[in-house]
Amino acid sequence: MHGLKVIFKKELADHFSSYRFIILFSLIGMVSLIISYMVGLTIKNELQGIAKPKFVFLMLFISQGGLFSFVQFVAFFGPLIGLILGFDLINRERNEGTLSRILSQPIYRDAVINGKFLAGVTTISIMMVSIILVITGLGLKMIGVIPGVEELCRIFLYLIISIIYISFWLGVAILFSILFRSVTTSALAVLAAWIFFSFFIPLGANIIAKAYVPDTGGENPEVLIRQASIQRAISLSSPIILYSDATATIIDPTRKTTRSFVLMGPFEKISQERFSGPLTIDQSLLIVLPYIITLIAITVVCFSISYTVFMRQEIRSA
Amino acid sequence: MNMEEHVIIETEGLTKIYNGQIAVDHVSFKVMKGEVFGFLGPNGAGKTTILLMLLGLTEPTSGKVRVMDIDPTRDAIKVKGLIGYMPENMGFYNDLDAIQTLRFMADLNGIPGKIADERIERALKIVGLEGDAIKRVGAYSRGMRQRLGLAELLVKEPKVAFLDEPTLGLDPDATNRIIELIENFTREKEMTIILCSHFLEMVQRLCKRMGIMIKGRMVAQGTMDALAREKFGLDQNEYTLEEIYMKYFQET
Ligand SMILES: Nc1ncnc2c1ncn2[C@@H]1O[C@H](COP(=O)(O)OP(=O)(O)OP(=O)(O)O)[C@@H](O)[C@H]1O
Ligand SMILES: [Mg+2]
Repeated sequence: MHGLKVIFKKELADHFSSYRFIILFSLIGMVSLIISYMVGLTIKNELQGIAKPKFVFLMLFISQGGLFSFVQFVAFFGPLIGLILGFDLINRERNEGTLSRILSQPIYRDAVINGKFLAGVTTISIMMVSIILVITGLGLKMIGVIPGVEELCRIFLYLIISIIYISFWLGVAILFSILFRSVTTSALAVLAAWIFFSFFIPLGANIIAKAYVPDTGGENPEVLIRQASIQRAISLSSPIILYSDATATIIDPTRKTTRSFVLMGPFEKISQERFSGPLTIDQSLLIVLPYIITLIAITVVCFSISYTVFMRQEIRSA
Repeated sequence: MNMEEHVIIETEGLTKIYNGQIAVDHVSFKVMKGEVFGFLGPNGAGKTTILLMLLGLTEPTSGKVRVMDIDPTRDAIKVKGLIGYMPENMGFYNDLDAIQTLRFMADLNGIPGKIADERIERALKIVGLEGDAIKRVGAYSRGMRQRLGLAELLVKEPKVAFLDEPTLGLDPDATNRIIELIENFTREKEMTIILCSHFLEMVQRLCKRMGIMIKGRMVAQGTMDALAREKFGLDQNEYTLEEIYMKYFQET
């Protein structure tokens, strides 16, 4: 146990003193601030003189300011945080010969990988918490609305899901840093994985769906539904889509389903149209629970693979 | 006292095969308490591989290994606590300074902070790095890194030390200091040492017994006299380790 603590402390200190972290943090902090400032400005102007609607605070996170909303921004660029923090955690130490040196001290081999992962997760958490705090503070000042308990709970849940999501990418990065001996290769692999899941799958899903159920000309609802369901099934294999769907429902109480409109069943449509009140937080949570569980599951799977490979790997330097 | 009680390291038929290539081939030897045992042999002979197996860092393909009666493949943590290992390419965290480096290693070994601080101060003085203690290790010269590696042993104070090429790239003065240090280790701390080196003068001076490794096999082991007698017969009594070594090397 003490080995884990020592490694954790060192890794955490390393993250916080690295230029990589400082650059990443300022970049993401800056973009988030700009987004929420623009959103805040819009909200403030539009709400001038009228009663504040419910959940106006959450609008800070889900309304688009400029190009993205904050939620979209994290879904898309959040992975880069995890990937950049983790892509060279193991192979750099192997190449510099420090891995064999710490492993010849009396600590368990898993303490190294657990310590590194936990330190990464802690770094990610601190980053996300401080960014969300800053946005909240800015929002308070700009729109002058104090968020209710439920809004705070939703933001908190959003935060937790985001941390799990970015940690998943950290896990992917650590796996690559174990599989590839060269830091450059793992950097490229990590980038490729990000591009694949963020661009390729959403695009590919559309193309495959169209190929599988060809357009028949005109607007055939059956064709549209089948296309949409295939597209959705494929998209769900991307953690980015999983996360976007889950957080959109958590942070937007008026969203009652994670499905798109085309795919709604008749009852869903009726409930959507007739009962337009917002969902309570536990109902929202119920909808996205499978997504959260899936996110945790793929993180665990990814980490277990890293673990198994690392425990069997030859530790000689170079 | 019984001889067996003094055995610190023991292997029997120790073998390591890397992807079908044999790196260590049925090696058996013993190292006694307080002894400096020398490993000689050409590049790629398998010296480092044996050390790694003794440390539990590499799993043997077959054969028996014991370090102070502990099996490193079973109980690696215990063995690693007993052994100080100075690898051939010392890797350091370039952003840490000497004190931070040593403190990190002390932490990994669970040495309490106060004791660690005392030992670190003393060790840096002994290896002659006290003036560079707060310089980044990344800015160290090769010899300074080597000294830092020895300082690490002084902080850990292990029962057993494996030194893989400890004097590689050192100036003559530093080499002599390291030789003296190693002599001190055995004399004062009763440390048991395995020394791998191509610098035969040092091996000759420090090691009472040695093993010659060639292509994964230990072709000979014993005191220098015994090794010489085997090759030159009794009639010659003027020889250096280098002559003995070359003889074994050419004949295998
Ligand atoms: N990771 C590895 N995979 C495959 N073969 C390896 C690996 N590491 C070492 N070997 C092989 O094992 C053999 C023994 O290597 P080892 O490093 O033990 O030699 P050495 O005696 O320490 O040599 P040197 O004097 O150059 O340090 C060599 O033939 C080497 O090619
Ligand atoms: Mg070697």
